[in-house]
Amino acid sequence: MADAALFEFLHTEMVAELWAHHSDPGPGVSAGSRGGEEARAAPLGSAGGGSTGQKMSLSVLEGMGFRVGQALGERLPQETLAFREELDVLKFLCKDLWVAVFQKQMDSLRTNHQGTYVLQDNSFPLLIRMASGLQYLEEAPKFLAFTCGLLRGTLSTLGIKSLVTASVASLPTCE
Amino acid sequence: MSRQANRGTESKKMSSELFTLTYGALVTQLCKDYENDEDVNKQLDKIVFSHFLPRGYNIGVRLIEDFLARSNVGRCHDFRETADVIAKVAFKMYLGITPSITNWSPAGDEFSLILENNPLVDFVELPDNHSSLIYSNLLCGVLRGALEMVQMAVEAKFVQDTLKGDGVTEIRMRFIRRIEDNLPAGEE
Repeated sequence: MADAALFEFLHTEMVAELWAHHSDPGPGVSAGSRGGEEARAAPLGSAGGGSTGQKMSLSVLEGMGFRVGQALGERLPQETLAFREELDVLKFLCKDLWVAVFQKQMDSLRTNHQGTYVLQDNSFPLLIRMASGLQYLEEAPKFLAFTCGLLRGTLSTLGIKSLVTASVASLPTCE
Repeated sequence: MSRQANRGTESKKMSSELFTLTYGALVTQLCKDYENDEDVNKQLDKIVFSHFLPRGYNIGVRLIEDFLARSNVGRCHDFRETADVIAKVAFKMYLGITPSITNWSPAGDEFSLILENNPLVDFVELPDNHSSLIYSNLLCGVLRGALEMVQMAVEAKFVQDTLKGDGVTEIRMRFIRRIEDNLPAGEE
């Protein structure tokens, strides 16, 4: 059984590794406005990575999370595969999956009953060590991409196509 | 695998799978990233290899603090004691396995850790074209980084690997020197 700290450190290194690797400015870097989903400023540590590189590493991280989520989904306890309702699946993610991955439950789950769900974690473990407040806000998306993929991958194993995005209003809370 | 009804073990098992799978995804990704048409695999593995040592090293540097805080292990007086702590306490705490210690050199500055099963490679098959890839090289980096923080310069490398068809996985540890504390000028 691998310790939770190990995953946390590995995740940090993973973000750093891919960031270093993809942050060479891609062609056609525009200074136009970009969506709120990606980091809005070049990370301080990198040599001014272009937005293309950043988008790419975010999607790479997300893709890796997706693969891991899929594999985890395949290893779930059998009874979970008998879910009938979408809501049950989401409840399962909030409770069991979150406990397995982050040793805590999701803090809240809201839905508009049209297939959109908002899962909120008020102290997201991968952000908790960074800061509380707004200090490193633009770094946060890097640390969420993998987890978005993780959720998407698990859902896809359970037969649900989804689009998972994350937003952080203030560390360490994330949606 | 028997399924325990117990939720606790379930989630523990899952968190270790999470780590294993995540590491696998990372290695896969790097292999993809560096695969140029011209790249011979030797080269590729060297790159992945050279990327993981420093990464593992960084993890080790941080892990040692977590370890010391949680394990109440004091300072080791010799390399044998260090070996015991690594195998019996650290590996157990973080990976849930206890490697055996063998092959001490006469001088007592080298030993081997024998891992019966390496949790990092639970779901791994090495494709033929990556036969020289040292998959679990991260571990060596972790060991090196962690020991450096307690003033020991060591060298860690894989000499046997079950992924390559060896019977066991063997990490060879060599003590290089003790790192002297650099006292700030003016302090005795």
